[in-house]
Amino acid sequence: MLFNKANKQNIKTEAGEPISLPPSGFKLVLKELLKDKFAIFSILVLVLILLFTFLGSAFVSKESLDTNILDGLMPAFSSGHFLGTDEGGKDILSLLIVGGRNSIVIGISVTAISIILGLVIGLISGYFGGVVDDIFMRIIDFIMVLPRFMIIIILTTIISNYNAFTLILLISLFSWTSSARYFRSFVLAQREREYVMASKASGSSNVAIMFREVLPNISSMIIIDVVLGIAGNIGIETGLSFLGYGLPASTPSLGTLIGYANDPVNIMSRPWVWLPAVVMLLIISYMINYVGTVFQRAADARQRR
Amino acid sequence: MWKTILRRVLVMIPQIIILSILIFFLAKMMPGDPFTGLIDPKMDVNTIAKLKQEYGLNDAPWVQYLNWVKNLFRGDLGMSYTQHMSVTSLIGDRAQNTFWLSLVTIILSYLFAIPMGIIAGRYKDKWPDQTIRIFNYITFAIPGFVAYVLALWLFGYLLNWFPTTGTVSVSVAPGIFNYILDRAHHIILPALVAALISTTTTVQYLRTGIIDNQVEDYVRTARSKGVPERVVFNKHILRNSLLPITAFIGNVIGALLGGAVMIETVFSYPGMGKLFMESISQRDYPVLTALILMFGILAIVGNLISDIVMTIVDPRIRVK
Repeated sequence: MLFNKANKQNIKTEAGEPISLPPSGFKLVLKELLKDKFAIFSILVLVLILLFTFLGSAFVSKESLDTNILDGLMPAFSSGHFLGTDEGGKDILSLLIVGGRNSIVIGISVTAISIILGLVIGLISGYFGGVVDDIFMRIIDFIMVLPRFMIIIILTTIISNYNAFTLILLISLFSWTSSARYFRSFVLAQREREYVMASKASGSSNVAIMFREVLPNISSMIIIDVVLGIAGNIGIETGLSFLGYGLPASTPSLGTLIGYANDPVNIMSRPWVWLPAVVMLLIISYMINYVGTVFQRAADARQRR
Repeated sequence: MWKTILRRVLVMIPQIIILSILIFFLAKMMPGDPFTGLIDPKMDVNTIAKLKQEYGLNDAPWVQYLNWVKNLFRGDLGMSYTQHMSVTSLIGDRAQNTFWLSLVTIILSYLFAIPMGIIAGRYKDKWPDQTIRIFNYITFAIPGFVAYVLALWLFGYLLNWFPTTGTVSVSVAPGIFNYILDRAHHIILPALVAALISTTTTVQYLRTGIIDNQVEDYVRTARSKGVPERVVFNKHILRNSLLPITAFIGNVIGALLGGAVMIETVFSYPGMGKLFMESISQRDYPVLTALILMFGILAIVGNLISDIVMTIVDPRIRVK
C-alpha cells in the first residue's frame, strides 16, 4: 500500500500532471477481492476475530488468568466460566481470547521481520545477480535444509530469560529465507525490464532503483507473501506452543490451549478445553489462506496481460 | 551426467561441514558435559576436574571439534545423560520406527496425489478439477498438528477405529502375521493423515505439467501422426509431467522428517521425533545433538538424491 502511494506520487510529479495510471498492483488485487463473495466474508470474519481477541483482552480480568486451584477442572457453561476452567482454575474463555491475540500478534510480528529481511536480501540478490546472488542463495539453501523446528526448540531451552520477543526473533531467523527466495525470482525478471535500464542510464543509484522502482513493481507479490506468511507463521508459533516450547508458560497462546489435547483425559472427556482453540485457529488459517489465494489469482491475472 | 552429479556431491560436503560446526557449537552452548550422566553425587570435585582434563574438555575449541568429528566417524555419539546407554543404541530402535512410518506415508501420499494430479490436469476447470482444488485448499491450509489432533480425537478416541498410542499393542496375539497386522494398525492413522496433508505440491506440479505439456510441439506432432489419444497421454504427456515429481521426493522426505516431531508426539509413536521431545524435556543434550545432526544430514542427502534423480530422468538439466 505504502509503496504504491509513493509510486503514484512519483509519476504525478515527474509527468508534471496527474495522468490516468494503469491499475496498480494493490488496486487490481482489491478489485479482484471485492468480486469474490467468500473473500469478503473471510475478511469480515477475520475482522470479527481481531475485534473479539483484541477488544476482548481488555475485558479479561487478571484473576481469571491466575492459578486458582479451588476452581480447577470446572466443566463448560458453569457459572462465571463459559468454557470451564483448566486444572489450575484458569478460565478457558479468557485464555482463548488472550491466547488468540498473542498468536495473531506473534504471527504478524514474525511476518513483518521476515518480509523486510527477505525483501532487502531478495532485492539485493536478484538485482545484482552474479556472485552476490550465488552467495546469498547458498546461504539460503543451507538454512532451508536445517531442521528448523528442532533447532528452535533447543534454543528456547538454552537462551536465558527467554520471552515472547526472543521467540519472534527465533522464528524469523528461519522464515525470512523463503520470502527472500520468492522475491528474488521476481526481481530477477524485473531487472531486465526497460524501466530499470532507463533508470540506470539516467544515472539513478542502485539503491534508488531497487527501492523506488523495482520494489513498487513487485508490490502485489509482497501483499501475497504478507498474507500467506501471517497464516504460516501463526501455524509455526501455535505448533511450537502446542509442544510446550513456544510462548513461555505465563503467556497463553492458541497452541498452548490445543496442547491440552496431549493429555488423553482432556482430549477424550474435556473437549471444550481445546476444541474452541482448534476451531479459532482453523478459521484464522482458512480465511487468511483464502484471501491469499484470491490475491494470488489477481496477481497472476495481472502478469498475464 | 557424471560430471553434474559429482559437482552436486562436492557442493554437499561444505554443507555437511558447516552443519557439523554449527551443531558442535550449539552443543557447547548446552548445559552439562559428557560426565553428567555418569557422575555419582559422591564424586570428588578434583576427580571431575581430572576427568575433564583427560577427556580434553579444556582443549581449544577446534581441537575438541576435531575429536568430536573423529568420534562421529567411529559411530560414537556420546552417552545419554538420563538413560545410561550410548546415544547410538538409543537412537537405533527409534530410527527404525520413524523409517516405517515415513515409508508408509510416502507411499500413501503418492497413491493419493498422482491420480488426483492426473484427473485435475485432464479435466481442467471442470468439476473433478474443482473438487480436487477444494480438497487441496482444505489439506494445505490446516496446520499439521491440528490435523493430527483432530484425527486422533475422531478416529482414535470417539470412533475407536485405531489405537491411540505406540507401535504395537501389549495384548497382541502370538505369531508373526498378527504382529505385522497390529503394527500396521498402529501406523495407518498417522500415516494416512500425514499423507493426505502432504499431497498439495505434488498434485499442483502434476496438474500444471499435464496442462502445459498438452500444447507442446511434440504432443501436437504425435497427434498429427495419428497416435491414439491414450498413447499420447500416457507416453508423452504423463511421462514428461511426472519428471518434476520424481525430483520432488527429496523435499517430501525433508518435510516428513520435519513433521516427525509433531506426528510422533500426538500419536505417542516411539520414533526419533518422540525421542527428541522426551530428550528435550529431560534436557538430555547428547541425544538432542545427535538427533539434529542426523536430521540435518538426512535432509541434505535427501536434497542430493532429488538433484541426482533429476539429472538422470531429465537430460536437459545436464546441459547447463
